[in-house]
This record gives sequence, structure tokens and C-alpha cells, in this order.
Amino acid sequence: MRAIRWLLGLLFLAMIVTWILISPPLSFLIRCFYIILLCGILCLYRILRGPTAADRAVAIDTLGILIVGFCAILSLSTGRSWYLDIAIAWALQSFIGVLALTKFLEGRSFDD
Amino acid sequence: MIEIVKILHYAGYGFVVLGVLFDFFGCLGLIRLPDVYNRLQAATKCVTMGTCSIMFGVLLISGLGSQGIKAVFVIIFLILTAPTSAHALSRAAHIAGVPLCKRSVCDYYREDKVLRPEQMSAEEEKS
Repeated sequence: MRAIRWLLGLLFLAMIVTWILISPPLSFLIRCFYIILLCGILCLYRILRGPTAADRAVAIDTLGILIVGFCAILSLSTGRSWYLDIAIAWALQSFIGVLALTKFLEGRSFDD
Repeated sequence: MIEIVKILHYAGYGFVVLGVLFDFFGCLGLIRLPDVYNRLQAATKCVTMGTCSIMFGVLLISGLGSQGIKAVFVIIFLILTAPTSAHALSRAAHIAGVPLCKRSVCDYYREDKVLRPEQMSAEEEKS
């Protein structure tokens, strides 16, 4: 049963990745963009299914760092530099949010 | 001169592909591994390295213009903050009592807390 689930998931992921890599009319950076979107969907799965609260906090941290890379590829493919401003602001905001979540998980209040 | 710019361009695209691969494998580890601590180890290191690699690719492709300077700032900021947040997350998960995976071998943090509680409390007061 476990092996069947593992194989099905592997086939599903391989199908999506090959569809992204083979489908003809996309440019190179847009393909990278779609793969990072797929990574974001995997993080959202972990946020949905995570057994404990710490799993969800880890997935939120990962999603924040992923979106920074997402903004970088967007800035490369459109040639505008203000997407990197969004990346800087998002990295800062995600860091502060994760530190607040860890304080909450340790059982302390925000003004300790 | 044009040759150097072309070589830097291709190297930048190579770094972007490397970063996307690292991101993908990090998120695969976030799905597949059995435990909070293993997931944290896979996700944080791989995704930080991948995003820094994408940013280095942006720097190589666009040169030291406004994009390149901002990419350098993002690299410095990520290298400073991502290990901090990962350390805080693992410590918070251990204090909140998330159990380890059944196959894990040792837990040095709990041993330290059980065997030498005075030293641990002194260190916490110092920090």
C-alpha cells in the first residue's frame, strides 16, 4: 500500500515536471517560473496536512524564501528591477513573522 | 569584451537552473521526510542555497546595475537571516514537545536538559 502511494506520487510529480519541460511554446525563464510554482504547491500541501504546528511554521518559512526566488525570476524575465524591491521586503517580513511564530510556539508571549 | 559578457550571461543562466533544481529538491524533502527536524534540515538549507544561487545568477546576467545591487542585498540578507530562523524554529519545536521520528538515534538537547539543568538555565539567563 505504501509502495503504491509512493509510486503514484512519483508518477504524478514526474508527469507535471515533464509537461513543464516539454510543452513547446514557453520560454526558458517561464519554465523555471512554473517549477517554482510547483514547489510552492508542495509547500501548501505541507501547510494543509502538517501533523503539528511546527510543520506548518517550517512550511511557511520555506514558502517565504521561495517567493523571494520567484520575484527574482520575474524580474529577469520582464527586465524591471522593482520586483527585487518586493523580494527584499518579503524576505524581511517573512523573517520577522517566523520569529514571532517561534515565540508563540515556545509558549512565551510577544513582549518577553 | 562581448565574449566576456556572453560567457557571464550563460553562467548566470546556469546558476538560475542550479537554484531552481535546489529549490525543487528542498520542497521534495519537505514533502517526503518523516519528522519536523528532518524536514527543517532539508527545506531550509536547500531552499536558502537555491534562492541565493538564483540571485547570483541575476547578478551575473544583469551586471552591477540596479538589479545586481539589489540581488547582492538579498543574498546578504538571506545568508544572515535564514539560519537564524531555522535555529529558532528547531528550538521552539523541541521546547513545544514535538516528538522525534521513531527511527532517530539520539537526542543531545534533551540529554543536556536532563543531565545538566543548572548549566542550561545559566546559559539561557546569559542569552
